[in-house]
Amino acid sequence: MNNPYFDLLMWARGPGFDIALTILIGGLLLRVVEIVVLSRKKDLAKPKGSPVLQGLKTIFTRSVPRKGLIKEAPVTYIGGYIFHIGFAIAFLFLGAHIALIDDLIGIQWPEANKALIETAAALAVVALIALAWTRITNPVRRALTTFDDWLVWLLSILPLVTGYIAVNRIFGDGTLMMAIHMLSAEALMVAFPFTKLMHAVTFAMARYYNGSIQGRKGAES
Amino acid sequence: MTATLERGLNALREQIDAPVASFFTSCVSCGLCAEACIFYKETGDPELTPIHKLDLMRRVWSNEYTLFGRAKSMLGMGHKITEGDLTKWERLVYDSCTMCGRCTLVCPVGNDIAMMIRKMREGMSSSGHAPAELVGAAERHSDYGSPMGKLHTMLAAKIKAAEKETGIPIEMDKAGVDYLVLLSAQEIVEYSDVLPALARIFKKAGVTWTISNEGFEATNVGVQIGNRDIARNLVSMVVGAAEKLGVKGIISPECGHAYQALRWEGPNLIGRSYDFEVVHIIELLDRLAAQGKLKTKGKDHTRLTFHDPCQINRRGGINKEPRRLLDMVADNFIETEDAGTMNWCCGGGGGVGANDRAADLRFKAFNRKKRQFEGVGAEKVVTMCAYCHHTLDEQLELHNMDSIETQGLTEMIGEYLDDEA
Amino acid sequence: MADQPMLPELMKAHGISRRSFLKYCATLTSAMALPPMLAPKIAHALESARRPSVIWLSFQECTGCTESITRSYAPTIEDLIFNAISLDYHHTLQAASGHAAEAARKQAMEANWGEYLVVVDGSIPTKNEGYSCIAGISNVEMLKETAEGAAAIVAVGTCAAYGGIPHADPNPTGAVAVGDIVTDKPIINVPGCPPIPIVMTSVLAHFLTFGLPELDDLGRPKAFYGETIHDRCYRRPFYDKGKFAESFDDEGAKQGWCLYKLGCKGPTTRSVCATVKWNDGTSFPIQSGHPCLGCTEPDFWDNGGFYKPLSTPAGDYRKFAAAAVAGGAALGVAGGAIGRANKARAARAHETVDAHDLEKKS
Repeated sequence: MNNPYFDLLMWARGPGFDIALTILIGGLLLRVVEIVVLSRKKDLAKPKGSPVLQGLKTIFTRSVPRKGLIKEAPVTYIGGYIFHIGFAIAFLFLGAHIALIDDLIGIQWPEANKALIETAAALAVVALIALAWTRITNPVRRALTTFDDWLVWLLSILPLVTGYIAVNRIFGDGTLMMAIHMLSAEALMVAFPFTKLMHAVTFAMARYYNGSIQGRKGAES
Repeated sequence: MTATLERGLNALREQIDAPVASFFTSCVSCGLCAEACIFYKETGDPELTPIHKLDLMRRVWSNEYTLFGRAKSMLGMGHKITEGDLTKWERLVYDSCTMCGRCTLVCPVGNDIAMMIRKMREGMSSSGHAPAELVGAAERHSDYGSPMGKLHTMLAAKIKAAEKETGIPIEMDKAGVDYLVLLSAQEIVEYSDVLPALARIFKKAGVTWTISNEGFEATNVGVQIGNRDIARNLVSMVVGAAEKLGVKGIISPECGHAYQALRWEGPNLIGRSYDFEVVHIIELLDRLAAQGKLKTKGKDHTRLTFHDPCQINRRGGINKEPRRLLDMVADNFIETEDAGTMNWCCGGGGGVGANDRAADLRFKAFNRKKRQFEGVGAEKVVTMCAYCHHTLDEQLELHNMDSIETQGLTEMIGEYLDDEA
Repeated sequence: MADQPMLPELMKAHGISRRSFLKYCATLTSAMALPPMLAPKIAHALESARRPSVIWLSFQECTGCTESITRSYAPTIEDLIFNAISLDYHHTLQAASGHAAEAARKQAMEANWGEYLVVVDGSIPTKNEGYSCIAGISNVEMLKETAEGAAAIVAVGTCAAYGGIPHADPNPTGAVAVGDIVTDKPIINVPGCPPIPIVMTSVLAHFLTFGLPELDDLGRPKAFYGETIHDRCYRRPFYDKGKFAESFDDEGAKQGWCLYKLGCKGPTTRSVCATVKWNDGTSFPIQSGHPCLGCTEPDFWDNGGFYKPLSTPAGDYRKFAAAAVAGGAALGVAGGAIGRANKARAARAHETVDAHDLEKKS
């Protein structure tokens, strides 16, 4: 006799994870290498500033919004920050996740307590709902929205919700919910190379290019 | 030869490189670029969202520059570009974008949207979708040396007038001088007071200069319309003149896109670095002031503010120089909100000012400047781009604000130049 | 069977007071998650129950389950309850062996046809009947034969319930669970490696008093397998606070922190270990510093390693990751090269224009 829930969990930990990891790493590398190989022409204009340094600097400084912009789109900005920070805390500081990262790359750091992680996750979920709301109500965001945006939204909220349910045994079998949580994260991994989730990696390239173009001219970025 | 859809698509293909690929890959469709765009903010039209203006180029990138997109195209799922798309996008790429680059600075993932608009215009122009006025200007510039036609006679007259006014001889086509001075057609036709100002400032500073009959026009319709072949020809005229005269440098005058064309795009258009320097006039004046070669006396007491030209400040990096110079000659200088790097565009740059179809958009966009000027109670607006200057004059009049005086910064420095010291 | 003593007499013989018997009944009641008012009923039922005949079959097993049920403080009440049944066949415990033992089994079956209880520990080999035989009778044959006249079967231990360790990959004997062979009789699974003694006796007590207990999807009595060990673990607060032992001898281990990172299967394991505990309520594995192995769950031997945290991948993902790095990079270079070729083709197709070529001329 088998426990179908545990079998699902083992599939998620075994073949499911292998498939997701393979697609994630392979697809991600494919897309990044594809961009790098495309390359750009050497800029022949004599630089006024330092393109390289400013490019590198912009990777970080662009995380801070321009003065006055937050009030123009408060939900997008604040919701965006809360989601990203909340998701990062929930992902990076739960003991089970640290054990996973440790297993993958052999590094670890201290865990946070459940109250903090759940607050972060809950805030991230609220932020996602607010962001979805503006996607529907804000004309600019509505016009830009494609299937990709909703898919990514769903794939981002699912691990947060299923993780919360699994840890707190809100409903369903604990083993089943843990399996579903893992599968939802694996869905996110699989979708990563094919969707705008790629920004989580290529933002650094885009910011670097932006900074280097501006930096060559001695302009701010 | 005639413009065709296929040539337009081909031109777009040529424009896609790693930065463009990284930008499209990174876009999360957050819509924050719209919050930075003067045309969206003043019209509320979501069609004018900056990143949306690039959708056709995004399709080319996706269909032809990504393996996944190629696979999708093969399955017939690629979104093809039609003639109708190009017609629709004219309004987005030319009429409602001055390539001011505010979007480029707010994009959270760092997409240089303005740079991509410049690239997208390559495809638009090659497919016959550039505004008629810009095409006409390009033809005149190519045929007669200036977007406003043949200005050689008028230039000669203005030089003569300046010589008369200042008593300083201005020698045309003089080899071996320090700088080749370029002018924008707008300055020759409308704001020629800059010439006597330059003559006096340079005489005082001991700078030698000349103007070339073969290449005096600083502007570059090729850069505005988005056509590198034309842009290359136009920039080559100037580079040829500078090299022939053996000058140490070219002075880019008070003109936004001219500075972009000469200083930043030029070497890449002709495929080699320059042996001479290209310096913006305000950069040079600031340098001369720092060296003690530029001294002023007296101050303007009017409540004045400064309008930053996008291509010179935000996209050109000249920010502190005009402010240092203004502090020398004005004691009631007040900055508007967002002044400096994030200044709002006048709404006339990037060819929008020449485009009749965009007149209404331009008018609406200027409401932003209007509120800003009213907000600080400005009596005078100083700028360092003749085309901004022109747009300010036009729009202040249309908005019944023509009590506000406008002036070019070079001219203003000339006005307060200490001729005695 | 009439000649066999009833429970009150046995208690007297063992020097057990009625008071401690009632206390035991209360314990059973609570262990079975029944309302406390049922305790007297259980006492009465046990006292008046006819001792049913029990046939205990041991197949591919380690005798751990029998050890667990018998090796306890003597004389325990569990032991006593066991005496309350008529264990007519148990080849580890009985004195007789070989054909004599088998004759006893046959006799017990005949005498109690349709009423006797079969207890099984150990899994049943199916690849080759010769892998495990008793008196020349293969396990499959003996199980089928014995089950035929049984009222119910209790599969004691994970081997009997789910195949257990013999069933572990690569399962050389083709070991299967009782439920895989017998499909027409009620089967109560009491998994565990071994099960907790009181759980075994409680299940028997329940069967004697109320009949079949309520079972979960895996055939386990819900009363004993309803909650996970993690739910009831005294170290749970450390899990919630994010305090984990990282190795068996670190400060966290000494402080008694959560063993999740050492591979504890508590969150996915249903058992009452954390509350009922072992050795007369003395301790249970987590309390003595070792992560739960998940022994009450099917396939626990193959569930990704005892010392691997539940949240870590169980497969050999590194070889996939390495292949993905190579494959992704190669595809990326190919994709980039196709892009560059496309761009070069566009550059070749580029016809230099001048300002007079910007209009569509028809």
